[in-house]
Amino acid sequence: MFLLSFLIIPVVAAIVLLFIKHEKYAQDIAIVAGVASLTAAVNIILNNVGVVDLTWLQVLNSRFVLQADGLSKILILLTAISFPAIFIATSKNQVANKNIFLSLMLFTQAGLMGVFLAGDALLFYFFWELALIPVYFLCSIWGGEKRIAVTFKFFIYTFLGSLFMLIGIVYMYMHTKDHSFAYASFKAAGLTNMQQVTAFALFFIAFAIKMPIFPLHTWQPDAYDQSPTSVTMVLSAVMVKMGLYGIMRWLMPLFPSAFSAHTHIVMVLSIIGILYASFIAIKQDNIKKLIAYSSIAHIGLMSAALFANKEMGAQGVLIQLFSHGVNVLGLWIIADIIEQQTGTKLLSEMGGLAKKQPTLAILLVAFSFANVALPLTNAFVGEFLMFNSLFQVNPWMAAAAGVSVVLAAIYTLNMVQKCAYGEVSTAIQKMSANKPAQAVLIVLIIIVFVTGVYPQPLFDLTKDTLLQLFVK
Amino acid sequence: MNAIIVSALLGVILMFCSWGFKSESLQKNIALVGLLVLIAANLAQLNGWYVLDINTKGMLSFSRFGLYANTILFVLTFLYLWINAEEIEAIGHQAADFYALFFFILCGASILTSFDNLLMLFIGIEILSIPLYILTGSDKKNLMSNEAALKYFLMGSFSTGILLLGITLCYGAIGSFRLEAPVIVPSKGMAYEQYLLSAGLILIFAAMNFKVSSAPFHFWTPDVYDGAPTVFTSFMATIVKAAGFIAFIAVFHVQSKALGYSWELLLTFVIVSTLLVGNITAVFQRSVKRMLAYSSIAQAGFMLFALYGVSDFANEGILLYAVVYSVASIGIFAVLVKMKDYGFEAFNGLSKTHPLLAFVTTIFLLSLAGIPLTGGFFAKYYMLNAILTAGAGLWVVIVAVIFAAISVYYYFKVIQAMYFVQGSPAIKELPKTYTYKLLVLAIVLLVLGVFPNLLFNYLYF
Repeated sequence: MFLLSFLIIPVVAAIVLLFIKHEKYAQDIAIVAGVASLTAAVNIILNNVGVVDLTWLQVLNSRFVLQADGLSKILILLTAISFPAIFIATSKNQVANKNIFLSLMLFTQAGLMGVFLAGDALLFYFFWELALIPVYFLCSIWGGEKRIAVTFKFFIYTFLGSLFMLIGIVYMYMHTKDHSFAYASFKAAGLTNMQQVTAFALFFIAFAIKMPIFPLHTWQPDAYDQSPTSVTMVLSAVMVKMGLYGIMRWLMPLFPSAFSAHTHIVMVLSIIGILYASFIAIKQDNIKKLIAYSSIAHIGLMSAALFANKEMGAQGVLIQLFSHGVNVLGLWIIADIIEQQTGTKLLSEMGGLAKKQPTLAILLVAFSFANVALPLTNAFVGEFLMFNSLFQVNPWMAAAAGVSVVLAAIYTLNMVQKCAYGEVSTAIQKMSANKPAQAVLIVLIIIVFVTGVYPQPLFDLTKDTLLQLFVK
Repeated sequence: MNAIIVSALLGVILMFCSWGFKSESLQKNIALVGLLVLIAANLAQLNGWYVLDINTKGMLSFSRFGLYANTILFVLTFLYLWINAEEIEAIGHQAADFYALFFFILCGASILTSFDNLLMLFIGIEILSIPLYILTGSDKKNLMSNEAALKYFLMGSFSTGILLLGITLCYGAIGSFRLEAPVIVPSKGMAYEQYLLSAGLILIFAAMNFKVSSAPFHFWTPDVYDGAPTVFTSFMATIVKAAGFIAFIAVFHVQSKALGYSWELLLTFVIVSTLLVGNITAVFQRSVKRMLAYSSIAQAGFMLFALYGVSDFANEGILLYAVVYSVASIGIFAVLVKMKDYGFEAFNGLSKTHPLLAFVTTIFLLSLAGIPLTGGFFAKYYMLNAILTAGAGLWVVIVAVIFAAISVYYYFKVIQAMYFVQGSPAIKELPKTYTYKLLVLAIVLLVLGVFPNLLFNYLYF
C-alpha cells in the first residue's frame, strides 16, 4: 500500500493549497509535499514495498494496480527530485495566485506518478490524461503572449494521440483471453503478427507525439517557449519521458514482432529529428528555444537507441532517462534565473555573466558540459551506450547520430560564450544572487558528477527491467 | 405500466392545477412531488407491484432494462425541473401548463421504453413529440420561437408519415406489428416480402434518425434548438433524445438482421456523417447555444454506436451515455440561460467573478469532451467497446476519435473564455443556491467518472 503515498501526498497537498491564499505558506506546503514524495521515492528504491491491488471497476475487469520495477523507480526518483527542485528554485518568482499555480503543479505530479506506477492499462490511460489537464491550465493561464493558441495546439495534439492509444487499449482488451486490462493479461494475449502491427501503430502514435518524434514534434518548441518556465521544466524534464516510458513498458514487451519490424523506420525518423533539431538549435538566439531544441535532439537519440532493440542501448536509455532530466532541469533553472532578473530571453542581449555572477556562470558551464555529454558527466555514460547500440545496428546511422554530438557542442558552447563571457551587458548588470536556486543547482550538479563517475547504482536499479526486456 | 398510468394522470392534474393554485412556487412543488410519486410508482413495478395489472396483449412488455431506463429518465427530469423551474416560470403565463406537458412527454417516453409492437412505437413517438412542438413555440412573442415551432411541427409530421409508411410496409411483409415477430433473414433469391421488409425498416430507420437528430436527417435541429426557449432546448436535447435512442435500439437490436450486411453499411454511413456534420459545423459557430445544438448532433453520432450490435456494452453504454450526456447538457444549458448573450465572449472572465460556476461549467464541458475522471470518458469508452465488440471495422472507431479530438476544440473555447481571457461576463443575477444545485450535477459526473458501475448495480438482479 505504500505506493499509494505517491498519489496521496501530492493530491492532499494540492487540495489544501486551494484554500491557502498566503503565498509564503503555500510555497512551504508545496516544498514539504515535494520533499515528502522524495523521501517516499528513496524508500521504494531502498526497500521492497510490494504492490497495490484494489478493486476498481469489476464490470470491466479493471483493477487499481500500482507496481514499481526498475523502470518505474528511476522515473519516480526523477519526478520526485524535479518537483521540490522546481519549487525551491522558483520560490522567488512572482506568480499571480501562487497557491492555485502550485496546486496544479502538484496535481501534475500525481498524474505523472500514476503513469509511472500503473499496472493496469485503463488506469494507465486515466493517469496519462490526468497529467495533461493541469498542465493545460498552467500553461494557458500563466504562459507567455501566445499562450492560449500554443497550449491549445499542444493539448489537441497529445489528446488525439492518447485517443489512438485508447483504441489500442480497447483492441488489446478484446484480444485478451480473460477480458481484462491487467498488464499480465495484455502480455499473454498472444496476438498474431498482423494484430500486433495494428496495436503497435495505435499505441505508437500516442508515444511518438509525446516524445516527440519527427514529424510530430511541431507542438513542442512553441509550448516550451510559451509556458511559464517552471512548467517547461516539468514538461521537458519529466513529461517527455512518458513517451519513452510507454515504449519500454507497453510497446517492447507486448508487441515484440511488430516492434522489431519497425525499428529501422523509427530510427531513421528519430535521427532526422536529431539533426533537424540540432541545426535549428544552432540558429537560435532565444535561450529557451535553444534548450527546447537541444532537448528534442537528446530525446531523439534516446528513441533511436531504444528502437535499435539492443540490450546495451536500452541500458543507456534507462540511465539517460534520469540523467537527461537532471541536466535539462539545471539548464532551465539557470535560464529562468536570467529571464526573471533581466527580463530577456535573447542571448544577444546577455553577456558578462562570469563577471557579474561567477557562481552561476560556473554552474552554467558545468551543466553545458553535461549537455554535450563530456566524460565524467552523467550524460556520457548513457550516450556512450546508446551510440554503441546504434553502431551495432548500422554504422552509418551511428555516424549520422554522432554528428549531433558535434552540433550539440556548437550550440551549447555558443550559448555559454554569449551568455557568460564578454562585456557585462546592461541586462546582466541587473542580476543579483538567487540563493535558493543556486543551492538547488549545486545539488543537481553533484548528482551529475556522482552518477557520471559512479553510475553503478543506476545500473543496479534498472537491472530487472533490462532482464525482462531482453532475456526471453 | 405504472409509469404510463401515473404520468398521464399527473399530466392531467397539472393541466388543471393552474385553476386551483395560482402560486407558481406551489405549482413547482406539486410537479416535483409528482415526479417523486412517478419515480416511486416505477420503482414499485420494478419490484413487482402494479397499480393496474392489465393484460396488454403483447402491445407492451416490461423488461428490467426498460423500467430502469424509465427511472433514469424520471430522475433526470427531476434534476432538470429542480434547477430550471424559475426560468420556466419566466416564460408564458402559468408554469403548470409546461409541467403538464413534461408529464405527457414522460408518458410517451415510458411507452417508448416498453413497446413490443410497432403501433405502440408510433403512439409513443407521437405522445412524445406533440408536447415538444408546443414547448418549442411557447415563447409566443418571439418570432424565432414561432418559426422554430412551425418548422419542427412540419418536419416532425413529415417524418411521422415516413415512420407510418415504414411500419405499414413491415406489416405487409410479416403480417404482424409485433416487434418480436420472426425475423426474415435474407436468403439468396429475395422474395417479394423481403423487399417490403427491407424498405419498411429503412423508412423506420430514417424516421428514427430524424427523432434523434442524426445526419442526414438533422437539418431541423440547429434551428429548433436555437429558436426554442433555452430551458426547453435543454429538455429536448437531453431527456427526449435519450428516450428516442432507447426506442431506436429496441427496434433495431431485434430487426437489423433482416437487413443483412447493408445494415452495417447504412449505420456506418449515418454514424460517420453525423460525426462529420456535427463536429465540423460546431467548430464554426459563434453562439454557444448553436454550438451546443451541433454538438448534440455530434454526441448522437457516438450514441449510434450502441445500435451496431447487441451486447452488454451497448445496453449499459447507452444508459451511461444518456445519463452522463444529459447531466452535462442540463448543466451547461442551465448556465447558458443565465447569460445575457449567447456568444462565446459572454463567458469572458467568468472564473474571476464566479469561480465556482466557472469550475462546474468546466466539469460539464470536460465531460462532454470525454476527458477521464468525468463520466463522459466512460460513456465514450463504453461506446467504443460496444462497436468494436459488435465487429465494426477499426477505421470507424479511428474516425470517431479524430472527431472526438475536434470536439475538444469547440468545448474548450468556452473554457478558454472563462479562464484565460480578461473581461466581464455578461451574466444575470444568480440566486445563491443556483450554483450549488449545479455543483450537485458536477459531482454526479465526477462520481460516474471514477465508478461508472454505480449506475449498473441495479440493472441486474
